[in-house]
Amino acid sequence: MKVLVAVKRVIDYNVKVRVKGDNTGVELANVKMSMNPFDEIAIEEAVRLQEAGIVDEVIAVSMGEAKCTETIRTALAMGAERGIHVKTDAELQPLAVAKLLKALVEKENPELVILGKQAIDDDCSQTGQMLSALLGWSQGTFASRVEIADGKANVTREVDGGLETIALTLPAVVTTDLRLNEPRYASLPNIMKAKKKQIDEYSPEDLGVDAAPRLITLRVDEPPPRKGGGKVADVAELVEKLQNEAGVI
Amino acid sequence: MSVLIIAEHDNNVLKSATLNAVTAAIALGAGDVDMLVAGAGSQPVADQAALIPGIAKIRHADDAAYEHALAEPMAALIVGLADAYSHIVLAHTAYGKNIAPRVAALLDIVQVSDIMEIKSPDTFVRPIYAGNALATVQATGDKTVVTVRGTAFEAAATDGGSAAIESVEAASDPGLSSFVGQDLTKSERPELTAARIVISGGRGMQSGDNFSLIDSVADKLGAAVGASRAAVDAGFKPNDFQVGQTGKVVAPELYLAIGISGAIQHLAGMKDSKVIAAINKDEEAPIFQIADYGLVADLFDAVPALDAELEKQGVKPR
Repeated sequence: MKVLVAVKRVIDYNVKVRVKGDNTGVELANVKMSMNPFDEIAIEEAVRLQEAGIVDEVIAVSMGEAKCTETIRTALAMGAERGIHVKTDAELQPLAVAKLLKALVEKENPELVILGKQAIDDDCSQTGQMLSALLGWSQGTFASRVEIADGKANVTREVDGGLETIALTLPAVVTTDLRLNEPRYASLPNIMKAKKKQIDEYSPEDLGVDAAPRLITLRVDEPPPRKGGGKVADVAELVEKLQNEAGVI
Repeated sequence: MSVLIIAEHDNNVLKSATLNAVTAAIALGAGDVDMLVAGAGSQPVADQAALIPGIAKIRHADDAAYEHALAEPMAALIVGLADAYSHIVLAHTAYGKNIAPRVAALLDIVQVSDIMEIKSPDTFVRPIYAGNALATVQATGDKTVVTVRGTAFEAAATDGGSAAIESVEAASDPGLSSFVGQDLTKSERPELTAARIVISGGRGMQSGDNFSLIDSVADKLGAAVGASRAAVDAGFKPNDFQVGQTGKVVAPELYLAIGISGAIQHLAGMKDSKVIAAINKDEEAPIFQIADYGLVADLFDAVPALDAELEKQGVKPR
């Protein structure tokens, strides 16, 4: 069984994001970029399925500017076999990414596609579900456990208030939540090996997809600052302030 | 045109997140607001929904296929009803996030996730980068799927309305997935996202057992209990307790952070709380920069003392 994993290049989660002075977006110049953390979990899960003998090949896909190949190389160093880069400098929104992934699924015929549950830049949480819908497949979102056997995937999902387990008929799309696994660090020998692995390149036009944005960003602002920094001396003062000044207890 | 809001429920009780989404749906100003209640044995939910003021009509689909709100049959049903609506609205919860994009993709329309503010029927403010930036976005096309950040809109009232309930035929079930089971956390406490007071513990709690200190305070205040990602990663609490960018977003009247340093990803989940209080022994902890009331103290002294002080003052849950 073949698995396709989508990986997105985003601002590193440790970086404090700054809004551009002209309010057109956030500052991306000279900012550390990394693989979306949920996508690292997706790659890790696919590689573990391969190590368990359930999966034969893991393909890592990324979309966007030339430097996305760095993100793909990271996935290859973690254990994916080969990469696909859909190269474009245009903005890609979730529905467009889902359509491009669908075109790749039709070329590669994987039985499972794993994606992060959301990207930490646009925080949309849409792409996996959209891909599943476009393919007419089943979906298991926010997965904290995945078990594959007999043409089915049993997926335990993080839902509000606890966990839910559903059985998906394969082929299926799974999106990862935090507790699914702890991604490995790529070892130096594997990083070196990854440099030799194959990355195929396509454009959205090659895949016959109209990837034009449907959502226009009019402006981006800093959130209103919060005035904090007040201190209390002890517990008695805290309770007194919460009762009489804030009036919340 | 008009608006269709999708009810989130457990076949018995309408979830409070839907009430916040109702307020947003009405604020769209895009005509009548209908509510879809899809479930199995879900008449009680339809009856509750009919009492919400501002809802024109309840569209009730009661069929075994909708018992567990699996995404594939739910999306098929919604798509079949979509013709009459310009906006399809869901709460931005695990439930809404699971279904909404599937609907948008099947209709080939844009989804705007997690809206915090409505500028016009097609223009919204939504958080990006975990709320570290706010984007004002305009949807193109004549139909839009919207998911609503519950904490950004007041909950609609639950009585005073009298919407008609109309039965809707079940759509054909794609039969791609099936429900196996669930393991819901049992709690007497209010739900995190709906609670008036939230008390969260962080890595400073040192163990899951030590959360009993917080539980005791929470009982006196009628508060929900949460945890930082660090506390969840350390296994002190299950993931559904997590407040933050990757967990739940809360905005209670009082947020009490205990042993939480205040990582960016945690602040993203609670910084819109009305009042923030923090107890931490590290004076430099970033949480103090946003806290209205910071107490620099060892939580293992301060939390029992707080518990005793609340007892002494006779503070009761409101």
